[in-house]
Amino acid sequence: MSYLIGALLAQDGLTNGAIYALIALALVMVFSVTRIIFIPQGEIVTYSSLSLASLQQGTAPGSIWLIVALGLLAAGLEGFGYLRGDRSTSRLRAMAAYGLVPLAVAALTFATAGAGFGFLWNIVLVLLIVVPMGPLIYRVAFRPLGDATVLHSLIVAMAVHFVLLGCGLLAFGPEGVRTPPLIAGRFPVFGVPVSAQAMVVVAVAIVAIIAMALYFGRTLSGKALRATAFNRVGARLVGIRTEQAARLVFLLAGFAGALCGILVAPITTVYYDTGFLIGLKGFIAAIFAGLASYPLAALGAVLLGLFESYSSFFASLYKDAIVFALIIPILLWRSLRSTHVEEDEE
Amino acid sequence: MSTRRIALLVFTAIVLVLPAVLSAYGLTLMNFIGLAAIVVVGLVLLTGIGGLTSFGQASFVGVGAYTTAWLTTAAGLSPVLALPVALFAGAFFALVIGAVTLRLSGHYLPLSTIAWSLSLYFLVGNVAALGGHDGIPAVPPISLFGWEPSGPAYTWLIVAAVALSLLTVANVLASRDGRAVRCLRGRRVMLEAFGVDTARLRLVIFVHAAVLAALTGWLYAHLIQFVNATPFGLNASIEYLFMTVIGGSAHLFGAVIGAGLMTLLRDGLQRLAPELVGSGGATEIVMLGLVMVVLLQTAPRGVMPWLLRLLPPRGRPWMDLDRARAIAPFSSRPKPERGTELLTVAGVTKRFGGLIAVNDVSFDLKAGEILGLIGPNGAGKSTLFNLLTGISPATAGTISFAGERIERMASRKIARLGVARSFQHVLLRSDMSALENVAVGAHLRSTRGYLSALLRLDRREEERLLAEAMRQLDRVGLAHLAHEPAGSLALGQQRILEIARALAADPALLLLDEPAAGLRYREKQELAALLSKLGEEGVAVLVVEHDMNFVMNLVDRLVVISFGQKISEGAPTHVQNDVAVQEAYLGVAA
Amino acid sequence: MSGTSPDTPLLCVRDLHVSYGPVEAVGGISLDVPRGAIVSVIGPNGAGKSTLLNALMGLLPSKGQATLDGRDVAAMPVEDRLRRGLCLVSEKRELFAEMSVADNLALGAYSRRHEPKGAVEADLEAGYQRFPRLKERRHQTAGTLSGGERQMLAIARALMARPQLLMLDEPSLGLAPLIVAEVLETVSELRRSGVSILIVEQNARAVLRIADYGYVLEQGRIAMEGDAATLLADERLIQTYLGFGKGEAAA
Repeated sequence: MSYLIGALLAQDGLTNGAIYALIALALVMVFSVTRIIFIPQGEIVTYSSLSLASLQQGTAPGSIWLIVALGLLAAGLEGFGYLRGDRSTSRLRAMAAYGLVPLAVAALTFATAGAGFGFLWNIVLVLLIVVPMGPLIYRVAFRPLGDATVLHSLIVAMAVHFVLLGCGLLAFGPEGVRTPPLIAGRFPVFGVPVSAQAMVVVAVAIVAIIAMALYFGRTLSGKALRATAFNRVGARLVGIRTEQAARLVFLLAGFAGALCGILVAPITTVYYDTGFLIGLKGFIAAIFAGLASYPLAALGAVLLGLFESYSSFFASLYKDAIVFALIIPILLWRSLRSTHVEEDEE
Repeated sequence: MSTRRIALLVFTAIVLVLPAVLSAYGLTLMNFIGLAAIVVVGLVLLTGIGGLTSFGQASFVGVGAYTTAWLTTAAGLSPVLALPVALFAGAFFALVIGAVTLRLSGHYLPLSTIAWSLSLYFLVGNVAALGGHDGIPAVPPISLFGWEPSGPAYTWLIVAAVALSLLTVANVLASRDGRAVRCLRGRRVMLEAFGVDTARLRLVIFVHAAVLAALTGWLYAHLIQFVNATPFGLNASIEYLFMTVIGGSAHLFGAVIGAGLMTLLRDGLQRLAPELVGSGGATEIVMLGLVMVVLLQTAPRGVMPWLLRLLPPRGRPWMDLDRARAIAPFSSRPKPERGTELLTVAGVTKRFGGLIAVNDVSFDLKAGEILGLIGPNGAGKSTLFNLLTGISPATAGTISFAGERIERMASRKIARLGVARSFQHVLLRSDMSALENVAVGAHLRSTRGYLSALLRLDRREEERLLAEAMRQLDRVGLAHLAHEPAGSLALGQQRILEIARALAADPALLLLDEPAAGLRYREKQELAALLSKLGEEGVAVLVVEHDMNFVMNLVDRLVVISFGQKISEGAPTHVQNDVAVQEAYLGVAA
Repeated sequence: MSGTSPDTPLLCVRDLHVSYGPVEAVGGISLDVPRGAIVSVIGPNGAGKSTLLNALMGLLPSKGQATLDGRDVAAMPVEDRLRRGLCLVSEKRELFAEMSVADNLALGAYSRRHEPKGAVEADLEAGYQRFPRLKERRHQTAGTLSGGERQMLAIARALMARPQLLMLDEPSLGLAPLIVAEVLETVSELRRSGVSILIVEQNARAVLRIADYGYVLEQGRIAMEGDAATLLADERLIQTYLGFGKGEAAA
């Protein structure tokens, strides 16, 4: 392997690693605050990429129908709760928000999809469509479970993955798409031509990670999320509503997923099931971090990206097999670190 | 004959007649229900009962199918001879993967199953010797001395395989290891305290489930006569798990119901709305996912509990007190002479980081003696109890029991030495009967293994175990509740049940963690009488207790700890009048 | 405005029941906390003391009446009770061990996040003045504090919510006697600054010395009550804790 090839592979690895890092961080965040293993994170990535591709072609993406449906379902659940006896105004407010926001987004999208407002506007639309999916999925699928065990909600997460995967196929069809890069061209760095898109991906990921660190470290709302993750009872005692915290992390997870989708669309061909595999790779990084540590998750993601990139050079056919098999040494390493009998949930 | 048995017979009769009358299409459906049911039977054992969630069962089906396909095509082996190899391959893969991943708890395990099964999937699709993405065509049909089962005969073969699978799991569940499997979920600490090697047990049921999946793989390969990777992917695994949940993951028969419902549901969907299904199966998985979400939100226990409610309760179980008395008991552990030193705690210290929870505590306990361990909240009693029972190792000092050093021994090894315990937070399996719960305590008194249970060679030993449990229930006065689910007993009775379970282990030392909490006055008196009698029989008893009336009237001697240190020791009246004890409990007098 | 006359008690609990499944842990407790008073609930382990406080904070579902300042709080979620001035320092402290002392305190004022920043900051400063050790250690994570400091932090965090009634659950648990005295001294001071206190404590003698009134809990019910001084002198108290002599069976 020449220096050039090695460097190009590193570039690929870092680019993918940056994307896996965003996913892994979102997964760690959702898990630590809600104890939900959010398998459908990957589908959010898919929806984002494919919605962007539709908008680029001037058509309103099929995902709109999904958020309208999710919104109406969530509103229905709130209305049902209201009728069942919880006559609080917060219920009615939630009902209005769940019902109306998706409808407004849909109206906006239909009004402007063909108008050719340009790439940036399309990105705004994608964010408007995809980000609310996080809290909507939480409200419709996970909230009704109450205090379910991790495994119970994991099976629900799998079922939601099925639903979203199928809806993705229905909404976007089986064809793969690739959007034009955000910025075209290549720039030489140490004699290696680095694509502008790769730089954009890494830069955006770094900015997003810094923003996340600032949010968690500096703002009261971010600290409240960390507090919920560390100690739920303590968080309740200072007045943090677990449910509100959950809604917030799902919103952030929706944002992370949407961002990944926008970043990944120009560098790989995205099919309706591509996001799932990206999401799972994010999971491997998150497991590497014990579903708990943000820095380890980011590190794991970058290492995974590099590993994937080099293994695609040495054994391209077996790339995915090798990457997913990585879980075994990782788990072995983790299990050697904990020696006592761990009690599972009932 | 009980109604349940009649229902089962009618069901069996229908299943046996069906292949003879069904169309080719109906047979195909039935074949697929049966093939799935075998995998799901394994999942009920593994996930529903053992609590180990696997999203990777389809890979084991694949291992079985590819093994037989390769052996019967490339190597030209007969399918019948390939069967044991296929099953062995499934077991081998499970053993290797399980050895690495099963040590992990809770959610790591299912996540890892997703990852390694995907890895296998991608691997198989690219190995040229296995046909790559095209797979292996022209797998020969099964042939047994010239007879080639096809049509209804093949369906009967599958039905037989389903029945056999059900039987293996049912046999296991009705055995000593089976009771332990049923307690794996959330009760591992308790199992270890009664000598069960839970890590090994988890591996064994993982292998069992994998072998059943490989059996499906073998049947599938020779039915379809073509093998490629697609049907063994992650989606298939998820669907197997869904079937388990739909049927009712805690019920063996739910496997058949779940497999049947799901297969028929999909077929119905394909027939009712073929134009929808045209889009690459999208509608199908959407519907499936929706059904699952709604089901898990509203009826996470699946269909089976609902079906069982239609049937009358189970008939009278076969063990009762009269029978138990007629069965020869296990030989009892030779008890040390009353008054010989049994447990010696010398300078034991436990640190957690900078915190010293137990500080240089020493005391001893003689055979036949009842010792109370008391102290205010947070004094370190629970920590000390954990050191004695091997839940956590001591930082310094020694603990000897009957001449063996146990301060760093694992709890299941301590159990072998003759130490049994009860738990402060009752650790019973509430859906198991009182009798079965107590029988868990007698685990070490039999040595019959998993395989002999599977082949039903353990019946006599099993009878003795249950008889032993029955006698212990009688001893604590709960024999009349033997067949009630433990969860339906009052809390006080559950505490007594914990003690019966400990007694079933035939201990030389009994460690009781707050046995009187939640008991009524009468029950406390009975418990005290029972413990005194045990003392007379030579059993040493160490009891941690808050109820001072109870403990003062019961024990021979008290050890009082506060801030991790022993502050007083002696007879109850001495301790009650000890100013240091009064200050520890009530604060310094003015 | 309802029932804010000075002689109605601040907290008024009537016939409170709390159950864990079929087991009743608190069986019909009635108690009052007058304004500006320290009321203690004592009793042996497992009597239901912590359960009582957790239920009053809304962490556990309960049946019965509970009014704070004349307003029914029995059906309110935790955060609404907080906003009405009810605050609990739990037996386990429930600090955010991985976060700094300063962050713990900031989160203590989470229920006041819509108030102007100045008010919260002034309270933070007041808290640091009350507990200078916490100010010294404000950048350390809570998990690295000593037992006594953790208890101080838990109280300081609770005060950030500006409680009318502070409930303390076993503040002396696991603390050395000297530090227990310090914690209880802090509690007395708090009362002088106008916070009413409901304190659960196993260390009966120590707490009765600072309390005005005491309730003795036994098996989820009130076995004795009275002025703190009277209870302190009552011989029966020792018996509740350490049991009766042999032969004298309890009925």
